[in-house]
Amino acid sequence: MTTAPLLQVDDLRLDLASGGAAHAAVEKVSFDIARGETFGLVGESGCGKSIIALAIMGLLRPPLSIGAGCIRLDGCEVHNLGQSELRRLRGKEMAMIFQEPMTALNPLSPVGRQIAEMYVLHEGTSFKEGERRAVEALASVKVPAPDRRARDYPHHLSGGMRQRVMIAIALACSPQLLIADEPTTALDVTVQAEIIELMRELCAAKGTAILMISHDLGLVANMCRRIGVMYAGRMVELRRSGDVFKTPSHPYTRGLVASLPRLGTRAAQGQIRLQEISGVVPTITTFPPGCRFHPRCNSATDICSVIDPTSTTLEGGGFVRCHHHG
Amino acid sequence: MADLLEVRDLAVHFQLGGGLFRLGHARTLRAVEGVDLTVKAGQCLGLVGESGCGKSTLGLAILGLQPPTRGRIILDGMEVNADTDRSRFAKTAQMVFQDPYASLNPRQTVRGTLATPLRLNGTTNAGEINDRVADMLARVGLRPEHANRYPHEFSGGQRQRIGIARALILRPKLVICDEPVSALDMSIRAQIINLLLELKESLGLAYIMISHDLSVVEHMSDHVAVMYLGRIVETGPWRDIFERPRHPYTRALIAAIPDPFAPADRRFRRVNGEIPSPLDPPKGCAFHPRCPITIDKCRSAPGPALTQSGGAHHVSCWRAGDACDQVWPALGGSRTLSSHEPLLGPTSRKPSN
Repeated sequence: MTTAPLLQVDDLRLDLASGGAAHAAVEKVSFDIARGETFGLVGESGCGKSIIALAIMGLLRPPLSIGAGCIRLDGCEVHNLGQSELRRLRGKEMAMIFQEPMTALNPLSPVGRQIAEMYVLHEGTSFKEGERRAVEALASVKVPAPDRRARDYPHHLSGGMRQRVMIAIALACSPQLLIADEPTTALDVTVQAEIIELMRELCAAKGTAILMISHDLGLVANMCRRIGVMYAGRMVELRRSGDVFKTPSHPYTRGLVASLPRLGTRAAQGQIRLQEISGVVPTITTFPPGCRFHPRCNSATDICSVIDPTSTTLEGGGFVRCHHHG
Repeated sequence: MADLLEVRDLAVHFQLGGGLFRLGHARTLRAVEGVDLTVKAGQCLGLVGESGCGKSTLGLAILGLQPPTRGRIILDGMEVNADTDRSRFAKTAQMVFQDPYASLNPRQTVRGTLATPLRLNGTTNAGEINDRVADMLARVGLRPEHANRYPHEFSGGQRQRIGIARALILRPKLVICDEPVSALDMSIRAQIINLLLELKESLGLAYIMISHDLSVVEHMSDHVAVMYLGRIVETGPWRDIFERPRHPYTRALIAAIPDPFAPADRRFRRVNGEIPSPLDPPKGCAFHPRCPITIDKCRSAPGPALTQSGGAHHVSCWRAGDACDQVWPALGGSRTLSSHEPLLGPTSRKPSN
């Protein structure tokens, strides 16, 4: 077994072309994921977390493009691959689960056949054999009566069941990396808990690494070993998930953790005002100079508005990108 | 305190299907079935449930926007039905919607959005309208010059502030907030929650807070009602609901909140399965197919009426009489999402064949 990380993202920049100018939607993002590790990317809408996932999968389309940096999966430079090589890789080595399973599944094909395609494409089986294995795959994601469900079309299934089918497709060929982009945002809370548990169980059993993308800090902290916090196209903090909650280092992370209403707080402290992060989330055309969080930051000084902070390695591992981290 | 809103045995049914000339098989969807509620002046009622449980339909029915099939709604002494004086009603109850991008008229300035309700309700003096618009903008944390802008010039959080200003401009006593923060960015939610709480105090508002997010509901509500498939299954003061939940569904909802620091005593057993279709609700107690503590009675007899379980705490469960706290641990009740350690360390990958 090699000790090199499974996925390496190094100094990635993703450009958004608009009206002749290119804006960096994501900049200076580096992280790596070990084999079998669970890694979370957290951030608000527009922070660039989803397009990082698309870049890893080789699914970026104009006006988005990789501006600089590299993405290596198992030593293979994903950003240099052509479409046919990427197609071979997708599904086999890396797979992705999307937020809305209804739009991600083919409405005109029974779900069993959609799973079977994976075996046909990547393992060269016949469709008959593929469909037999699809029933097993449905059983493994705990779909009741899998042999009957395999003949159902996506519209027959509930949201939670559809997401299970998505997981079955994604994990059909035992990929090394599973990217889950807001996999439970469209689901109800009790169903969310089940889907998360299912993903965790299956990936642990197969040794699949997970890159989980979400806006829900609590969910990601539960699921993942390490978390990267994104803000306005930069990764501002990368830590072990327990540390992010206990000793958040970047003012943005600190503000987020403090602003979440949490069960039990009211009983302990009464109905206090939640701590607010003032201001608004910047959009790609209004990213401020210097540290991108400085207009909303309580501890900002003159330097913050001019110089973009570099990343400082923290004692317990991970890094923070702030002039005044503490 | 007087009851501001009283809902008695409310039901909202939808007739579906029938197809062309009603030849097909017609079905009835019971979105809301036999709901009783009271909201006291100046208090916040949290209405909790998952999609399809009827919580939004209930909100619309209270506002007179969805005619009920049966039951009575009495708001501040007036009966809400087709004959209700809409103008007087509008001054008593208003609504804040979930999506601030879809619920504002993009072709109207903020002033237009806020002034129209005033004008329709008898304030015609331009100076007075301007004063009230400016005053309301200040109360929701916007500046007077914002009145001349259009919705697209604002961020999501600011738009929700406009939505709140619109709801409050007629000085209602009751505001129904349907998922007011779930469409907003994380770092903006606290701002809006704080604003709603401040306005509640300064204007003496009562809220019905419709949400699936229990941590928001715990933070804001004085009273909580939990809905499942059109019925209220548990209701009571917020402390009772969150510290001594008695219905298995309430416990499941609390257990489903991913919080790495959830106190150990809040970690209940999760439930399996999904919400059944309200078109075809299960026989017996509607929750029984997912419930971990069913007995035979739950499968045969319909769910019991809400029964008192200490003070104002009511619960609809055949097993509520049993000492729940003894029933739960026996089932390994503390295993939840939160009790797992995150997967530790990279695991070795099996060699692929």
